[in-house]
Amino acid sequence: MSRRHTRFKFRLYVAGDSMNSAQALANLAALCRQHLPDRHEIEVVDVFTAPQQALADGIFMTPTLIRLAPVPQRRIVGSLTQTRPVLLALGLTEDPA
Amino acid sequence: MAQLSGGPPPALGPASIGKAASSIDGFDSITSGGLPVGRTTLLLGGPGSGKTLFGLQFLSHGAQACQEPGIFVAFEETAERLLINARSFAWQLDALPPEQLFFLDAQPQPDQQCAGDFDLGGMLAVLQDRAEAMGARRIVFDALDVLLALLPDAAARQREVRRLEQWLQVRALTAIITANSGLDVAEDRGSSPLVLMQFMLDCVVVLRHSVVLGVSERTLRVQKYRGSGFDENEAPFLIGHTGLEVPVVRTLRRADARVSHERVSSGLERLDTMLDGGYYRAASVLITGFSGTAKTTLSGAFAAAACERNEPCLFISFDSDCAEVVRNLASVGIALERHVQSGCLQMVSSRSISGSAETYLLRIKSLAQTQGARCLVIDPVSTWAKAGTDLTTHSVADRLMDWAKGEGITLLCTSLLDELSSQPADGSPLQISTLADTWIHLSYLVQAGERNRSLSIVKSRGSAHSNQVRELILSSTGVTLADAYTANGEVLMGTLRWEKEQLDRRAGEQAEQTLAERLQALQLQLRAKHDEIAALTRFGDERAKALALQRRDLARLRGADAESAESAEDTDRAERPLTP
Repeated sequence: MSRRHTRFKFRLYVAGDSMNSAQALANLAALCRQHLPDRHEIEVVDVFTAPQQALADGIFMTPTLIRLAPVPQRRIVGSLTQTRPVLLALGLTEDPA
Repeated sequence: MAQLSGGPPPALGPASIGKAASSIDGFDSITSGGLPVGRTTLLLGGPGSGKTLFGLQFLSHGAQACQEPGIFVAFEETAERLLINARSFAWQLDALPPEQLFFLDAQPQPDQQCAGDFDLGGMLAVLQDRAEAMGARRIVFDALDVLLALLPDAAARQREVRRLEQWLQVRALTAIITANSGLDVAEDRGSSPLVLMQFMLDCVVVLRHSVVLGVSERTLRVQKYRGSGFDENEAPFLIGHTGLEVPVVRTLRRADARVSHERVSSGLERLDTMLDGGYYRAASVLITGFSGTAKTTLSGAFAAAACERNEPCLFISFDSDCAEVVRNLASVGIALERHVQSGCLQMVSSRSISGSAETYLLRIKSLAQTQGARCLVIDPVSTWAKAGTDLTTHSVADRLMDWAKGEGITLLCTSLLDELSSQPADGSPLQISTLADTWIHLSYLVQAGERNRSLSIVKSRGSAHSNQVRELILSSTGVTLADAYTANGEVLMGTLRWEKEQLDRRAGEQAEQTLAERLQALQLQLRAKHDEIAALTRFGDERAKALALQRRDLARLRGADAESAESAEDTDRAERPLTP
């Protein structure tokens, strides 16, 4: 019930305009459009311009996606190409079957 | 120009690559200076081989002694745990501010999911920021294999290794990448990133920790080092208070160590005489013998003599407890107690040392250096033969002698010979008899129901020495040597020697008595002769008087007016028959 109205907040760490990062951003945007229309928020952080923040967040591999909300936080590393594991990790599918 | 007049390893010209000291003396000597500056070194080794320690030591030395701040990237352990573990070493990492030594916790988070391709860009961006902020010159990536294992395929691993390598190269950081090589480096084949790194990087060092015959052995080997000469052999090392300790195999000092002509007493006056004045200062003395031939006693005498000269002396006892040694030696008149109390004599029982021969050597070195020992006794050195393989222990004994000579320490080692071995006089188990400057052999002579100790000098380089076997006599008043008698080609000792001495004395007494008797007889004869002569003289005088009277009467009768030569002749003639 409440699940359908939860707002999702993401922070995506990217490394400049590298291919992995660009892919991750594109994949994330597509996922959100499909599964979370109008109830998502994506913050993109470039590690090259904000290394201090990356350090504080413990980001060592890029791209890294952090689900800030709903809690608990979740992390996914990679270009988010495999849709099903990403959905599972983010808790976007109702049943894992 | 400045470079030529600079550091001790002058083998390479000014164009050679710079070296970053690792603070591990032995390693810096193997690589003639340390790790390549501005390049990356791969440190391979199995679990527990000392990779992390090497890295930490490298950084702490850089930060504390070289004004080179460093970054430690920890993939395996957290920085907190690393710091706690490092407290057992003398580095005091806690005291270093983060501007000098920065720890980056980069352990993969357990709840982290992977989906698709990723790279190390994030880490490098973070590092770049830190490195610029603190002006880092050194960096260590500890257990890179942990991170690489997360990458989806071999191609990605290779790509990331290259990315990292390039990043380091551009920033000219002196880097160490440690990686777990598993049990055997050779097993990782083909596309493994470790193999790639071994080819790609300029310097590869392999650490090994193995157990040989139940004794732990750590070795270090430089596999490759582009642009620099290095010692290719495996060098044993151990982990001590200061971290990795790699003994320096060849000391430069050894070659031009000043040769001393000074003599030091062996503690036995007669032995000094046999050696033409004693041992040479900084000589290596070896005393071999079966058990119970008074090796420890001779060592103790040497130590006592050193302390009498106020020279600090270190006594390492492998056989018995120090208190036992002191007590036992007191029973033969060697008083060590007060020297131990005054601190001149430091006695260390082997029970406080355990491990391989290498450990012993390092411990002894540091003990001697702390104490400033001038004389060193190791009783017996043959214990080392049990700790590890012959090859390594032999090289340890080698280095011990080398080191002592370089430091100007007079070294006395005893070596236990196996009583059952077929060639007892063949030398010591460690073959150090060839290296020793002076070799004294102690033995038993079983004869006429007695077992007596004998001492002989097998060799003593550079000094005339007695070639005679002497009997070693231990008594409560002290240790002495006695001449051994030879009779019918046999050496006589103990009671036999005493009997021989008695026999000789009796023969002497007899001869004296005979002579005295003869002297008495002759004196009697002489006195008789004197009397005879006296009597004859008296008789002669009377005759002469009578003749003179006769002559006077005759002259008167003749009425001679002058005395003639004739008359003198007459007198002569008359007297001659009286003197035969």
